[in-house]
Formats: sequence, structure tokens, C-alpha cells
Amino acid sequence: MAVQSDVVKPPRTEVGLLGWLKKNLFSTWYNALLTIFSMTFIYVVLRAVITWVVRDARWAVVTTNLKVFMIGRYPREEAWRVWISLGIVVLLAVLTWLLRRAAGNPIQRWLVVGWLLSFPLIGILLRGFSREGPFLRLVPEDLWSGLLLTLVLAIVGIVASFPLGVLLALGRRSKLPIVKTLCTVYIETIRGVPLISVLFMSQLMLPLFLPPEVRLSTVMRALTGMTLFSAAYTAENVRGGLAAIPIGQYEAARAVGLNEVLVMGLIVLPQALRAVIPAIVGQFISLFKDTTLVTIVGLLDLLGIAKAVTGQQEFIGLHKEVYAFAAAIFFACCYTMSYASRRLEQALGVGER
Amino acid sequence: MKREQPDISGKAVSGCITLNQGAGMSRGAATVGRRTAVPFWRDERVLKVLAQIAFVVLVLAIGLWALSNYRERGLKFSFGFLDEEASFDLAEGIAFSPTDSYARAFLVGVVNTARVASLGIVLATLLGLVTGIARLSDNWLVSKIASIYIEIVRNTPLLVQLFFLYFAVILKLPQLKVRDEITAITLPGPTYLSNRGLALPWPRPSESFGSWWPFLVVALIVTVLLWILRARGVQRTGHPSFNFLWVVSAFVTVPVIGWLVVPGNPLVLDVPVIEGLRATGGTVLSPEFVALTLGLVVYTGAFIAEVVRAGILAVPKGQTEAARAQGFTNGQILRLIVLPQALRVIIPPLISQYLNLTKNSSLAVGIGFLDLYAVSSTMLNQSGRVVEVFLMIMASYLSMSLSVSLIMNVVNRRIQIVER
Repeated sequence: MAVQSDVVKPPRTEVGLLGWLKKNLFSTWYNALLTIFSMTFIYVVLRAVITWVVRDARWAVVTTNLKVFMIGRYPREEAWRVWISLGIVVLLAVLTWLLRRAAGNPIQRWLVVGWLLSFPLIGILLRGFSREGPFLRLVPEDLWSGLLLTLVLAIVGIVASFPLGVLLALGRRSKLPIVKTLCTVYIETIRGVPLISVLFMSQLMLPLFLPPEVRLSTVMRALTGMTLFSAAYTAENVRGGLAAIPIGQYEAARAVGLNEVLVMGLIVLPQALRAVIPAIVGQFISLFKDTTLVTIVGLLDLLGIAKAVTGQQEFIGLHKEVYAFAAAIFFACCYTMSYASRRLEQALGVGER
Repeated sequence: MKREQPDISGKAVSGCITLNQGAGMSRGAATVGRRTAVPFWRDERVLKVLAQIAFVVLVLAIGLWALSNYRERGLKFSFGFLDEEASFDLAEGIAFSPTDSYARAFLVGVVNTARVASLGIVLATLLGLVTGIARLSDNWLVSKIASIYIEIVRNTPLLVQLFFLYFAVILKLPQLKVRDEITAITLPGPTYLSNRGLALPWPRPSESFGSWWPFLVVALIVTVLLWILRARGVQRTGHPSFNFLWVVSAFVTVPVIGWLVVPGNPLVLDVPVIEGLRATGGTVLSPEFVALTLGLVVYTGAFIAEVVRAGILAVPKGQTEAARAQGFTNGQILRLIVLPQALRVIIPPLISQYLNLTKNSSLAVGIGFLDLYAVSSTMLNQSGRVVEVFLMIMASYLSMSLSVSLIMNVVNRRIQIVER
């Protein structure tokens, strides 16, 4: 102790709060200038935003229409079905999160089964059976709107596009020239055109090429478009995963006597798909954002509802509040998802390779 | 190896042959085939052909079925309608009147998309570069501001941003004029920003422009020649030179001399004047154009910033440290050491961001800007030619995508060769 008292303490400007300030904000004269400039900028922006949010904005347009934003035109007396569906998803998600470390636990296998079952279950719950039935009355897809529709479009889009995308990826890597060419042409064409044109095509052109007796609702047509579009991107992601599998895996699998199909199904695909999970999550986030484009073809997703709300008589001219609210919901969802996907990436150890 | 092969295959004949894939192996398979005949339904070559035939038949069947449904509706397929009178008006872009043809209308759309995309690409690159570097700044505040901007923009849909910008910001700007009083936001120039768009001063060629433009051509030639000469000089001597400064001063000097020689002013600054309820003269950018360009730049800029950041981080730290040890200043390190190496990593993802921007410009239809897509959907509603118009849309976007990636690939190749 006595010896240490001779040791000169570091100058006050190098440690603690002052040290941090000096190192990070005022290290050189131009950094100090930048800091002062940034502070002024932050002050101006924050002041404007806060005064608007707290004082000037009329949030009544959002609070009165909260239900409209969430489920839109879905019949109010049937709304409980949406909440139950949401409950199922939340329950499964919480269980999955809690049990993420318990590898090999039999409950995990049941969870997978639960996820798989939840899709048809929620579909039936939301859509119902027949128009007259006493229980689970039919709610046609065209009445699904708001955040509900946004979620349905994004989730069904990514799930339905997955098998198609895997097939396209395998087709593109195939050694059969005709299969390969057709798959490549499909993938590159879809990736070369904007989503909005694919959506319009599914709305206007698809019915022309179907028999007249087949009548798809606008939501189903939009879903078809989203799926066809998303499949091309899934295919490229899966192809990346397939390319990452060392050739030794193929050779070893063949050496033990597996045929082409088994090599793919048992050895290569399971490894490749595990490697592309983060990419698929990223694709899901961008698909989730892209669902807003159905507004342009006249569907009432979250943004479509927002646009409709700005036209309400009593809330005319409140575009800022409505679109800021829509943006906030999208931000909350996307930011949470990208945070989760970063954690997932760490857990899978994909980045470490 | 060659001698061993038949022995191995001989033990498990059928199993091995169907698995053989490589060109080198097929010779081995053939020799075995002569010894123990493979039934044709297990012969890989036959199977390959059969699989492809089956695939083609399936695709053709679906295609023909779809086509027969199309025919059943009594629809014909022809591009003849392109010569017909469009009979709708387009307020944006090159001159167009309702008596012009559909083909001309489509051209208007293509030009408008090209305008937005090219301006957007340039501005987004600048914004992305600045933000990407700011994100890596030593200054804590600057880097935080940059990362908040990037996170907010990347995690909200572009269409929501466009709607916000157009309906909630640009259309809410003050009017140009209220009761003989200019209410627009007036910036030096004069530049008027109002809910009718942005009116900017713009140079217009006068009569003497005809004798001045040859100077521009000469300036271009001199600049290119000087660039090549200087670059050679640098390679020969190894001394750094102020290449950029030389070239820029040459490019400026020649036209200035021309300006002094030519009688009168070849270019006149055309200033916007508010007449009645609208601004005339100068260049007036419509509110839709301003909203779309601004939205695309802000959105793509955030993505480019991430690309730039990743590229800079990919340059090993030792490069910066070595440069600092040799006495380079921070600016020089960035300009001479880090950015040239980072560019190699940056260019390929940058290409895909440019392509995304071009494709995203189709969201213009949501805010009523008359781009390629919006014009096409009007054409489609007027003429009812769904399939033809869609083929044209696809062809245009594909050719734009292909040409952007072609140009960028050339740039990419140049940079890779120069560096390695």
C-alpha cells in the first residue's frame, strides 16, 4: 500500500467521464468542431420531433382507429379468432425461445410438430368453414386486412416459396442442360424485374391464363405473386448454401452407396439449409417490408389501411401521424427480427466459419 | 488408378455405375458396361435424357394449358396497338400530347425512369459514401447519428417512406403564392420550394452556344490525353502527382478560354419567375419527382452506407497502421490507402444496390410519378393489352438491369486489374 501511494495518478483528463469525452468527442480540433455541429443538429431535430409528438400531433386518429390498423375489415364479432391465432403463435414462440438451449429434448421435437400444425390450424381458424354455419363462420380472404394481412402475406409468402425455391436451386445446379437453363431463366427474370410488376401480373394476367371457372380472390392472387417472386430469391439463397457444402460430403455419401436423391435429401440439403437460415431470415424481413406494395394493387394491408384512414372525414389531412404510426410498427417488427436474426446467427455459429 | 477401377466397380456393378457422374469416370463405366450389361432403365445417360424430356413435356403442358385458357377468352396477341393514338395526357417528362402514339407514351415513361434512376444513383452513392465513413468515425456522436439514420431507414418499408415524404412533407409545404405574396420557401438562386415542387435556376444555351460547344469537346479530349500522360508519368517515376488537380484544371480552363473568345454568353442562367399560380423559367421539378428521388436516395443511401462500411472494415488494420507509421495524414490514408482497396470489396454489392434503386423506382406509381411503370399501367387500362404491355415492362427492366450490371462489371474488372 505504502509503495503504491508514490505512483502518480493518471491525469484527470485521461480517465473516467472526462477521459471518455476527450477520447471520443474532442480528440482533435476538427473532431471538437464536428461534435459541436452534431450536437446542434441533434438539438434541432430532437426539439422539432419532440414538440411535434408531444404537442402538435393529433394522435386521436391513431387511437380511435387502432383496431382498424390491426385487423381492418375483419368482422368485429369474429375478431377473437385473430387474437387466438396470435396467442398460438406467441405461445409457440415463447416456448421455442425458452427451450432454445435444451438440445435433444423430446419437447423440442413436439415444438416442431406444433409449428407445422399451427399453419393449417390458423388458416382454418381465420377463414372458417361456410357462410351459414353456426361456428367459425366463413370470413373470405378479401376481408382480411390491416396488420393481419401484412403478416399473412409475409409468412405465407416465405413458407410457400421455400419448397419452390429449393427445387429451383437444385434445378439451377443440375447437370441436365434443359432443366438448368429453364431454372436459370426463371430466377434471373424474376430477380431482374420489380416486385410491383410481378404483383400486377398476378392480379391481371394470372386470371387470363386460368380456366374461367377458377376464380381467385385478390388476396390469393397477391399471395401467388409474392410466392413466385420470393421463390427466385430463396433459390439464390439456397444455392449459396449448396455451394458452401464441401465436395467431400457428396463423394463420401456416394462412397457409402447412397443414390443421387438420398445424397441430396439426407446429406447435402440438411447441411445447406442450416447454413442459409440467417439469409432466409433476412429475406423474410425484406419480404415483410415488401408486402406494403400490395397497397398499390388495391389491397388493404397495414399501409393500405393507413392510406384509407387518411381519407376519413373527421381526420382529414393527418398524413404525418398516420404514416409515422405505420412506420413505427414496421420499424418495431423489422428491428426486433433483425436483432433476433443476429442472435440466431451467433447461436448457429454461421459467421465463425 | 486406371487398372484398379474395373476391379472396384466389378464388385458392386449396378450400384456404382448409376452413381458415376464425372467425365473421367464415365470411361470406367463404359468398360464395365461391356462386361456386364446395364439394363437401359438404370443407364444414367438414358435416364438423363428421359428426365429432361419429362421436364419439357411438363413445362409445355402447363404452358399450352395456360395458352388455351387465354385463347378461350378470345384474346389476340399483337403489338399493333402501339401505333394507335394514346388519347391520354402525360404531364411529366419529354413533350407529349394525347394524339401521340402508345409507343411514344412508353418512351416518355422510360425516359422518366432513367432520369430518376440516374440522378438517384449519383446522389445515393454520395450520401452512402459520406454516411458509411461517418459510421466508422472516431467521433462517437457522428457515428451514432449515422447508425441511427441507417437503422431507421433500413427497417421501414420504402413505400411507407415515400408516402410519408410525399403526402405528409412535400404536399404540406407552403403554397407558391398566397394573394400576391410569395409564400414558398425561398433559397438563394432564387430557388423556390413549395407544394408545387422545386423551381431551380438552370443554364440555357443562347445563340453563341453553337460556336462554344467545340471547346467542350476539345476540353474533353485534352483531359483524357492529360490523364493518360500523367498516369504513365506516375508509373515511370513512381512519384505521386496531383493527377486529379491537373485534369480538373485542364477541364475547366479550356471552356473558360472559349467563353472569353466567343462573342456574348453561350449559356444564360435562366431564373425561375413566379407567374400566376406557377413558376416558369429555370427548371421546375414536380413534387412527385422530388419526393421519389429524395425517397430513393435516402433509402438506398443507407444500404450503400452499410456496403461502404463493410468494404472499409475489410481492409486489414495493418494497412492503416503502416500508412500512419509512414506519416500519412488521416485524409491521405482514407483517400490513398483504404478506399482504393475497399473499392474492390464494395463494387459488387454496390452494383446490386444500383439495380435495386432502378427497380424500386417503380414504386413511383404509388405517389403518381409517371415513370415507366405508371405509364404502362395507364396504357394497359386504356388498351386492354395486358400480356403485351407486361412483356414490354419486363423487357425494359431487364435491359436496364443488364446494362447497369454490364457497365459496373467493366468498372469492376478495371479496378481489380489495376490493384492486383
